[in-house]
Amino acid sequence: MLKEEEIRTFIEGTTHYFETSAQQAATVGSPYLVTDGKPGAYEYTGVIGITGARKGIVYFTAPRGMLTVLLMRMQETDSSDENIRDLVGEVANTISGNARRDFGKNFVISVPLVIAREPERVTAPHARSYVIPINWRTHSAKLVVCLE
Amino acid sequence: MNTSLKALKLMIVDDSNIIRRRIERSQQIARLEVVGAACNGREAVDLFRRTQPDVVTMDLTMPEMDGIECVQELVAINPQVLILVVSALADKATAIEAIEKGANGFLCKPFNDRQLNEALEELLSEA
Repeated sequence: MLKEEEIRTFIEGTTHYFETSAQQAATVGSPYLVTDGKPGAYEYTGVIGITGARKGIVYFTAPRGMLTVLLMRMQETDSSDENIRDLVGEVANTISGNARRDFGKNFVISVPLVIAREPERVTAPHARSYVIPINWRTHSAKLVVCLE
Repeated sequence: MNTSLKALKLMIVDDSNIIRRRIERSQQIARLEVVGAACNGREAVDLFRRTQPDVVTMDLTMPEMDGIECVQELVAINPQVLILVVSALADKATAIEAIEKGANGFLCKPFNDRQLNEALEELLSEA
């Protein structure tokens, strides 16, 4: 069973990115549990793999529209695919950094993997995933925590 | 402080294009002159030898050669170089390791312009 503070660490990593980089806070929707192994993904996803005390993945997934506006808020005018991929990777990187800080060596966290335009490639390793909606401006993204 | 930053050369090392560009833009406020950007540690060492920067911003998680190893190499080439590590690895152990290997400061990602410029100014005050 995932502990509430574990999920909170991942959520804070995500919201911290918006608050600091875009200087505009994101809001967190009501988390829900998906039990069919298909939590779903948008166009761009940054995935971190976790081993050690917990095993599984955590990912941040967002539509291109949200990421493009986020880049613009960061004064980045080039919304090329490379930059969008970079951005979703940086969000995942921040989530990973937060987890390393809070969980220490009990969690071994991989370098983020970015999956673009192939949401079907984003697969959950376990049937149960917690999905946390991340809302920012008019856009919605998802943080998915799938750990055994 | 900004006056003293004018003549200093800055090299940016990060595998993320948006971070490299963000630092390039922010430095206009701090008035550092960007002499080059590298996307991995190996490329950074080559660029460092060619451009001889005074200040380096250094990511840690990069392909080819990671930031910690790169810090060691740069300090071996020029012990006077000022290195600001800019990383999402926010744990204390990583920061301490970077400082022990020769970095002079640590800035956590994500950052905004104010945080970056404050970190650079603090770094340069040590010079």
